[in-house]
Parts: sequence; C-alpha cells; structure tokens
Amino acid sequence: MNNPPSTEPIEQETEHYAPQSHDVSKHVRGYLMVGATLLIFTALTVFLSYVNFGTQKANIAVALVVATFKAGLVAYIFMHLSAEKKLIYRILIFTAIFVLGLFWLTYLAWYDPVVH
Amino acid sequence: MEIPYTVTARPDTGLWNAKVGIWLFLASEVMLFGGLFSAYIFLRLDAEPGFWPHGLLNVPVGTMNTAILIASSVTVVLAWAALKMRQFDKYKIYMGITILCGVTFLVVKLVYEWPQKFDHFGAYIKTSALEKYEPYLGNKHLLSEGLPPRVEITGHLHNHEALHDPNIKEYEVGLDPIYTDPTNPKMDRPHFLYVPPTDKIAKIDKADVERATMFVPTHSTYFATYFTITGLHGLHVLGGVIVFIYFWLPVGSKLYRQNPEHLANRVEVAGLFWHFVDLIWIFVFPLFYLL
Repeated sequence: MNNPPSTEPIEQETEHYAPQSHDVSKHVRGYLMVGATLLIFTALTVFLSYVNFGTQKANIAVALVVATFKAGLVAYIFMHLSAEKKLIYRILIFTAIFVLGLFWLTYLAWYDPVVH
Repeated sequence: MEIPYTVTARPDTGLWNAKVGIWLFLASEVMLFGGLFSAYIFLRLDAEPGFWPHGLLNVPVGTMNTAILIASSVTVVLAWAALKMRQFDKYKIYMGITILCGVTFLVVKLVYEWPQKFDHFGAYIKTSALEKYEPYLGNKHLLSEGLPPRVEITGHLHNHEALHDPNIKEYEVGLDPIYTDPTNPKMDRPHFLYVPPTDKIAKIDKADVERATMFVPTHSTYFATYFTITGLHGLHVLGGVIVFIYFWLPVGSKLYRQNPEHLANRVEVAGLFWHFVDLIWIFVFPLFYLL
C-alpha cells in the first residue's frame, strides 16, 4: 500500500477489466430475481406492520429484520459486494466501527448525569 | 491531463480509481445518515407515551414510491450490464427508465406527499383538558386496552386564520376519521388506506391547546426528523437523477464511442451511489410510514 504506484500496466489486471459480456449476461437473470424478491419483501413488511406481535417493540424488531435483509441483498448483489477487492472491505470495516461508535455516543446520553 | 486508472486497475489497490473514490464517499454518507438515524432512535425512545404519532403518512403512496425506487435500482444495474455487453441501445432504454423512476419518486414526494402534510392540522391538548375532549379521544377505551393515550386531535383546519389571529378563540377542525369514532376497536391501530378528514367539525378552544400547527417540521420531533431525513434523501435522489441525465445525453454516446469501458465504469459508480440511496430508503420507509 505504501509503495508508489507503478506506471507499468499490469497485463493480468487489464485483462480482468476487459469486456466480460459472457459473465455479465449470466448475472442479468439474477438481478431481476433480486428485484422481484425486494418487491415481495416490501409487500411483506407492509403486511407485517398490521399484524400485532404483542408489543410495539416486537413489531419494530420484525420490520428491522426484514429491512436489514433487503438492504443486505442490495449491498451484496446490486453493489457487487459478493465479489469485491479487499480494499473495499477494509474501508467498510472501518465505516462499520465508526458508525457503531456514533450510535454508542448517542446511547451514552442515557447515562447523562444531568437531570432534566 | 489524462486521469489515470479509469479503466485499468491501479496496481497497489487492485481497483480502478473511481471505485475506491465512490466507496470512500459512501463511507462518509453512512456517517451522515448514521447520525440522523441515531438521533431518530434517541428522540423516539425518549418520547412520552402518545407523543410519537402513528398512521399520519400515506402508506399506499409510500409503498408505491418504495417499489419505484427498487425498480430503478434494477434498471440501473441492467443499464450497466448492457454497457458491459456493449449493447448501447439497451443501455439508453434502461437508463431512461431509471431517470423516469427517479423523477417520479421526487414528484410524488414534492407535489403530493409533502403538500398534503402542510395542509393537515394537529392540536395537542393540554393534560388538564384531556377529559373535556374525551368524546373525540377515547382514552378510557385505549387505557383499558393497554394502548398509549391520544393527546392530539388532527384533521382539516377550516378557519385557517385562527393560526395567526389572537381574536379567534377556537379552531374549527374537520376531524380525521379516528376522532369521529374513537372507541371503535377498529380505530385502535392505523389503517392501510388513507381516509381524508370527515365533515364532522370539532371546535377546539385555544385555551385547551398546548400547541397547534400544520404538519410542518415544528409540529413535533416526529415530523422534524421525517422532513429532515426524507428531505436529505430526496436531495440524494435529485443528485443521482442529474448525474444519470448527464450520462444519458450525447456526452454518454461520445464517451461510449471513445472508450465504452470507461462509460460502463462511470455508470457503475453512479449506480453504486443510487443503490445506496435505495438502501437508505429501505430503512426510512418502515421507520416512518409503518411503525
């Protein structure tokens, strides 16, 4: 990572990014399936919100599980995270750590000693 | 000066540059929306019982907009795939549909959803006066069901001038259906279909009102977070649409003739941004519309 970038193109990598029409055409069907799945789960989350799971918290938990699954599909398939280079994953790991830290800061406010 | 590594991979990262760039940008976007969602959770958990409204948004319209955004995510990835397969005509069609979807989403939000909110009225009743408005609120029934109380009366404000004129002593509100039959168990939870305010008018004495506004950001922490998050999200949709239109115009075909792989990569990074915007909406929709 610290080395200056080489100016010589690397043949292998160039090849990797050459048109892969065969590869891509195989995926098109998959993209359509994922789109259909996302629409079905949208309908499901609307339906489930009218089902009484006992408490409001339980309903929120169910909705968030469905939303997380949908978001995961978008990230994994549409955003190609199923097969990405290591550097991208590294960026995302740091993002996850920092965003959890951000949520934790808000959580700390519950222990704010100042009484309103 | 030529920008390096637009098509070939940079040896040390193994990626073409824009790919790294967009992911770093998306990482910062996660922090931006993360802060707002964190604020949402905090405000919501801290809300007094009855003070986090339910069922004020139009669920069928929200569901339709969600479907539109998901469809556009599919078409943008198909547009990219068409470029990879060197089918420029198909690319134009899919990208065109994506742009249409994005514009439709924004039009529904700005021309229908938001104005409908600005036209809706709500009055929070003082705790001491809740008993007086019991026929509209039905809190004894809710209490027996173990449900949070109603503290607000909403509907269509007939005497708009009452908001500004101190000489007018009461609000005349065309009640939302829920307040016309508050003890009906069918009214305990929000309905899927939106039903407009009824003709039944309630007169609410200003002296009994804690605060009263249209459904604007100052109405409540709920609407403040709703307008902030959907507004910021809408700006992202607008940004994405502008970039897509740029790639759809002759600029795109010129670049395609020079270097089709470069256009495919540009569409891929713009698409990554678009999917992220879709992903944010996947959380916004249930949190604001359904729960």
